[in-house]
Amino acid sequence: MVTERRNVAVYCRSVVKSYSTGPSTVLALRGVDLEVNLGELIILVGPSGCGKTTLISVVAGILDYDEGECRVFQHDLQAMGQRDKTRYRGQNVGFVFQAYNLLPTLTALENVSVPLLILGISKSEAETRSQEILIQVGLTDRLHSKPDQLSGGQQQRVAIARALVHQPRLIVCDEPTSALDADTGQTVMRVIREKALSPDRTVIVVTHDSRIFNFADRIARMEDGRIISVESQVAH
Amino acid sequence: MYSIALKMLVGDRSKYLGIVMGLTFASLLITQQSSIFTGLMTRTYGAITDISQPDIWVMDPKVQFIDDVKPLQDTELFRVRSIEGVEWAVPLYKGLLKARLQDGNYQICNVLGLDDATLIGGPPVMTRGSLADLRMQDSIIVDDVGASTRLAQPSPSGEGLRPLDIGDVLEINDHRAVVVGICRVSRTFQSQPVIYTTYTRATTFAPRERKLLSFVLAKAAAGENLDTLCDRITRRTGLAAYTAQEFKDMTYDYFMENTGIPINFGTAVALGFVIGTAIAGQTFYNFTLENMRYFGTLKAMGATNSILLRMTLLQSLLVGMLGYGLGVGTAALFGFFLGGTELSFRLTGQLMFFSGAAISLICILSALISIRRVIRLEPAIVFKA
Repeated sequence: MVTERRNVAVYCRSVVKSYSTGPSTVLALRGVDLEVNLGELIILVGPSGCGKTTLISVVAGILDYDEGECRVFQHDLQAMGQRDKTRYRGQNVGFVFQAYNLLPTLTALENVSVPLLILGISKSEAETRSQEILIQVGLTDRLHSKPDQLSGGQQQRVAIARALVHQPRLIVCDEPTSALDADTGQTVMRVIREKALSPDRTVIVVTHDSRIFNFADRIARMEDGRIISVESQVAH
Repeated sequence: MYSIALKMLVGDRSKYLGIVMGLTFASLLITQQSSIFTGLMTRTYGAITDISQPDIWVMDPKVQFIDDVKPLQDTELFRVRSIEGVEWAVPLYKGLLKARLQDGNYQICNVLGLDDATLIGGPPVMTRGSLADLRMQDSIIVDDVGASTRLAQPSPSGEGLRPLDIGDVLEINDHRAVVVGICRVSRTFQSQPVIYTTYTRATTFAPRERKLLSFVLAKAAAGENLDTLCDRITRRTGLAAYTAQEFKDMTYDYFMENTGIPINFGTAVALGFVIGTAIAGQTFYNFTLENMRYFGTLKAMGATNSILLRMTLLQSLLVGMLGYGLGVGTAALFGFFLGGTELSFRLTGQLMFFSGAAISLICILSALISIRRVIRLEPAIVFKA
């Protein structure tokens, strides 16, 4: 076994994951090797069905893998019980979804407060912290708006605020710009790059959108359940 | 998290109202039908309730309920009076007799003959006249419902009917009977008018039989244990002796076991439960299904199954309480507004508890069905578009 370096946030070796669909089995990950460093924003790209979403699900601790090794901040998630893993996610992982997944009956402020409430923080404290983060992502005047009163870009910024509010060490973003126009997509990625990324935090973005590649420190290309290349670049 | 659970529920207005209405309907049906059932069953022993002075009812051992009269010999009264521990004992006649109205029609009436000297067993409320007027010649007292319905007289103008009034005359089994008072009695299971008169006059009205004493009403001496006294009366006379409550229970049990009332009302109550469960359960389940993506999101963000379970139970509790309150409230209004009619409606604390328990059960079932899906939910569904 190769030991990961200390500044490595995500360390995957020969990770295999298969899904059973009736009588047949689909191999979604066929031995993925990947390292993501602290303070790094990495973009996972590749054709549909190549295993990008499965890989971030494994890394985020919401999906168990079949074989191999995957450590996130030196934690072997596979060895954790469901309860510990759920608690671990609540403290260490932030999610940004393609469809935002904001609760439609809650205001922006309430939506952002949810991860803090899950951690048992009081409502008033949660709302104070949520307000601060919403101001940081430029939604000062939309604190009490419900999702259906916000544009797509604003909703995604609320989702980013929700992913950041509890100060997780890993943020996973699944197609964060695919439902947005080019300009809004750039704005959202700029917010992710500026607000989400820090020296002790790692951001993994899954996307098809080549217009946002320039925000990545590295780009990992996947094909057929494997990482086929990892390219470094100077992020803007 | 609880406020989020409530906002998730209340925010989806149509589903929320659908669940509440389903539970309201179930609660209404269960409470209303149970109340009518209880009211009806209370009527079966209404005559016992009205005769409140005696502690013990003595009767033929074969009697099964209040209207199942098996006459005794008059001498049984003296035997009961002679028993140690009996303070007093009086006779009671109870029988169905035919009354001829002024217009020539006949009406079967429930005639009660009270002890001539004490008039014990008389009506609980006199609305007009006095119980003591029964000591006048040929006198009778008629219940107000009977007087204004089945015993109503043709009005002097010839149009319609007027209630039977003081001074009106009936013929009971060819004997003259003059109305001297109008009373109010508990509605009984039978629909016949109730007529009170003295024991001696009642036996005159009744067709000649060797035995005419229906019941002996006895009062226990101070400090006497009623059960012990009942045993003593039975042992010494060979007659059955029951406390008033035992006789009520016996009458109630008879109707429960020998009529179709329980099954008929039980079916309606069960239907309310099933329909309520189906509507509320299905709507609540659909609500959960439609929110599955958000439950998945909460799960991915670190919400444990325990948190989600409590959120779902809280949602269920809220709609349950609202549905229960609205249902019981509507049932109570129903009883209130129809209280003066033929409707037998009795909403007791026990019934409210029963209805509450049924609604709680519906809510728990609905929540369990829903939460099963939530607990088995893979948080990875959050990445599915």
